[in-house]
Amino acid sequence: MPITRDEVAHLARLSRLALSDAELDHLAPQLDQIISAVAQVQEVAADGIPPTTHATGMANVYREDVPVACLTPAEALSGAPAVEMQRFKVPRILVEE
Amino acid sequence: MDDLITMTAAELSVAVTAGEVSAADVTQAHLDRIAAVDGSVRAFLHVAAEDALSQARAVDRRRAAGEPLGALAGVPVAVKDLFTTVGAPTTCGSKILEGWHPPYESTVTRRLREAGAILIGKTNMDEFAMGSSTENSGYGPSHNPWDLARVPGGSSGGSAAAVAAYEAPLALGTDTGGSIRQPASVCGIVGAKPTYGGSSRYGVVAFASSLDTPGPFGRTVLDAALLHEAMSGHDPMDSTSINAPVPPVVAAARHGDVAGLRIGVVTDLSGEGYQPGVMNRFTDAVEVLESLGAKVTELSCPHFKYALPAYYLIAPSECSSNLARFDGMRYGLRAGSGSAEEIMALTRAEGFGAEVKRRIMLGTYALSSGYYDAYYGKAQQVRTLIIQDFEAAFSQVDVLVSPVTPTTAFRLGERADDPMAMYLADLCTIPTNLAGNAAISVPCGLADEDGLPVGLQVMAPPLADDRLYRVAAAVEAAFTSRWGHPLLTEAKGLKSS
Repeated sequence: MPITRDEVAHLARLSRLALSDAELDHLAPQLDQIISAVAQVQEVAADGIPPTTHATGMANVYREDVPVACLTPAEALSGAPAVEMQRFKVPRILVEE
Repeated sequence: MDDLITMTAAELSVAVTAGEVSAADVTQAHLDRIAAVDGSVRAFLHVAAEDALSQARAVDRRRAAGEPLGALAGVPVAVKDLFTTVGAPTTCGSKILEGWHPPYESTVTRRLREAGAILIGKTNMDEFAMGSSTENSGYGPSHNPWDLARVPGGSSGGSAAAVAAYEAPLALGTDTGGSIRQPASVCGIVGAKPTYGGSSRYGVVAFASSLDTPGPFGRTVLDAALLHEAMSGHDPMDSTSINAPVPPVVAAARHGDVAGLRIGVVTDLSGEGYQPGVMNRFTDAVEVLESLGAKVTELSCPHFKYALPAYYLIAPSECSSNLARFDGMRYGLRAGSGSAEEIMALTRAEGFGAEVKRRIMLGTYALSSGYYDAYYGKAQQVRTLIIQDFEAAFSQVDVLVSPVTPTTAFRLGERADDPMAMYLADLCTIPTNLAGNAAISVPCGLADEDGLPVGLQVMAPPLADDRLYRVAAAVEAAFTSRWGHPLLTEAKGLKSS
């Protein structure tokens, strides 16, 4: 089933990518081609085969709970686009209706 | 060329430790080489000249004071620009991180500093390690030292090109689907993907966390082993790090002996799409291994043909999640104006290149409700079947061999806007990543039709990384003796320099 330009525009919104019309025109047929190719995995008879998320099989690995040195506030904020009162300054999240 | 830049890392560390040459002189010689050739190769995004010299003088002071020096004392190492390094920028080849200076150091680079290595600069790469040519870098491509009109492979192409151009004897890369082995192969050097969990991912900017594996590049098998050993080992800061001794890779590299070793040729990794010159060199290499006493058999891994599609579901899925952190809020680029959500979308549209956008959207698709089971879930089951193929193969043989990549280095621009063609470069390397195994690329000659280097891939079970070096050292010794010189001395791209 081909993926439509509208679906690609929806994916871009879900992905938080403000793509231009030209980019959508370019990416839509490429994504369609890639998705058709990777759909080959559906040919594989895999009933009853457990999924692998990662190869080592390790789960719930924790360090000892001991305090160690960590970043200072100045270090943590050193790459921030905007800072105010030792905090990350971000744009408005809630918009008034 | 200056002797100091043609010496191996093994020779350099011995000479520095013995006081025959200073780390500062070794470092300066490599900085001079970078100044002379990097305008053509463009391997580096950042050359840390002053910092490197000050690291080198510190090594020289420790030697003068009679303090013990590490295994890589005074050896320059080029670092792929996705390892976080304090004192040097880290961009991942992306405009979204232009000018970012990380506040913490990766475990791998910290270990190398402790081993006396000199971190000489940060190398170019496909943006966030997504690509096979460096053409997806936000800062322009690197060039192959064998032919400057061709790609050095990728994504760790800058690291491979730096080593092949004698700008550094060693370099760090990461291998998610072949990003160390494929550039090593097309640049005519050695590159290894350690067992997943053998080298720490702490401070390695994530692309696909279940696949990303830091690893070494060198001009010789022994040099790659020295870096492999120095960078590896358990790290409590990486929850996927394996708590087991580092496989004895240096000892194995010093004793290349394949007598009695059982070697399996994977018949599924050949055929249509493989360049004849690549297959000829591969067949030669298998014959050499047989003549050295290895027991060679052919075997099939029937699910390997589904590795590429499974990888292009799993890796983009993980990437779509990992790259959500680049939102313009805490570090990196912030673009546009409006609400937080609008700024995020504008920042990501401006900061990411086309391939990264493609993969984020592909991953978002594969993880969407309604498609999850048919795509991501199915790919994870294929991953299990590929692991089972490897287990069945390794019950019969000690290592597997194949070409590293179906072709030699392609021309810049040739596949730049054809994603599926680009993806095929990783056809032979991806199964190892999906299984978490170890593999290496070692030069095995030049393709007849274009005179460009070809690599032999050796694959081993998890934590049997030493077998890779044992086989690669035997191949290197046999071919170097046949050629009468190291392969890299035939590289033509920089002959005039």
